[in-house]
Amino acid sequence: MKVSAIIEKLNLTVFGGHQGLDREVEGGYTSDLLSDVMGHADEGQIWITLQTHRNIMAVASLKDLAAIVVVKGFVPDEGTIQQSNDEGLPLLGSNSEAFELSGQLYELLKK
Amino acid sequence: MEWFKADLHTHTVLSPCGSLDMSPVKIVEAALNKGIQLLGISDHNSTLQCEEIVKVAQKKGLAIVCGAEVTTREEVHCLAFFENFEILALFQAYLDAYLPNIKNDEEKFGDQVWVNEAEEILGQEDRLLLSAIDQSIDEVEIKVHELGGLFILAHVDRKSFSIYSQLGFVPLSLNIDAIELSDNVDYEAFVQRHSELKNYTVIRCSDAHYPDKVGTSYSLVKMELPTFAELKKAFAKQDGRDVLSKW
Repeated sequence: MKVSAIIEKLNLTVFGGHQGLDREVEGGYTSDLLSDVMGHADEGQIWITLQTHRNIMAVASLKDLAAIVVVKGFVPDEGTIQQSNDEGLPLLGSNSEAFELSGQLYELLKK
Repeated sequence: MEWFKADLHTHTVLSPCGSLDMSPVKIVEAALNKGIQLLGISDHNSTLQCEEIVKVAQKKGLAIVCGAEVTTREEVHCLAFFENFEILALFQAYLDAYLPNIKNDEEKFGDQVWVNEAEEILGQEDRLLLSAIDQSIDEVEIKVHELGGLFILAHVDRKSFSIYSQLGFVPLSLNIDAIELSDNVDYEAFVQRHSELKNYTVIRCSDAHYPDKVGTSYSLVKMELPTFAELKKAFAKQDGRDVLSKW
């Protein structure tokens, strides 16, 4: 499933990285510790987090993740959005909490 | 110039996790017993115990630098120190503005009181000091430097509440005066894994929460006098000043 399809189904906001919306999503990973994501997330996953610091973009890019979703209606820092645009790696937002969003994404992807 | 023994990370009775024995008199005694000449006071998200410690320390001839251990929004612990009480009060106002209104549960987390020389309670913080303040690490760093303070990444080697555990790596934009390494970590091995750290001043501290721990780890700082201004110059290695803790 493409990032753009997930945005539509889960009603996500796009903060940046529009160029990457046709990336293919292979799965999901939910964590707020960047060290954990660096160690354990896999290529092509959507990363669900409440962190908004610019470092999330570097980690997503390093791990070649499909996109990041920032939860709970948090708005990423300006530098984070800027880097998302620079790298073409979608930075998305949801008003849901990580638990709900992870459940919804899991349902979508297991089909 | 002289080498001074400096332990720059100490909690007091005010930190919920700090022992009730960490009163001004006991902390100062413990530091002097260990030969510490410059002691940093760094409670979680509060500076309110500092002034009473300075009063006691002045009588006993121990130099103090006042500050706090700030928990940023990302839950990274950072030490911040300031030159005088006026500036410290401005930083306290900043902490007060951004500490969330989550009540402390003394039973679970411990008391959050500050006391005088006679160990009489002068005040109590009702909000839980272990919370993260609603400011990013970048915002905290900018605030500390606006106030002319020192900004230190605390215990960078730890698996929790460190820059690496929370943010994966040190953001290049961050203006850092020093990094704190735990005593059991070998400097050379650590910077080999994290080469971006090799240009920073390193300090070793006790992170004491009870009196016996005070001064068990320290750095040697070469400076004219054990003062904030001199420490700042030493961190920047200015005019022959230096910090020795790369073991």
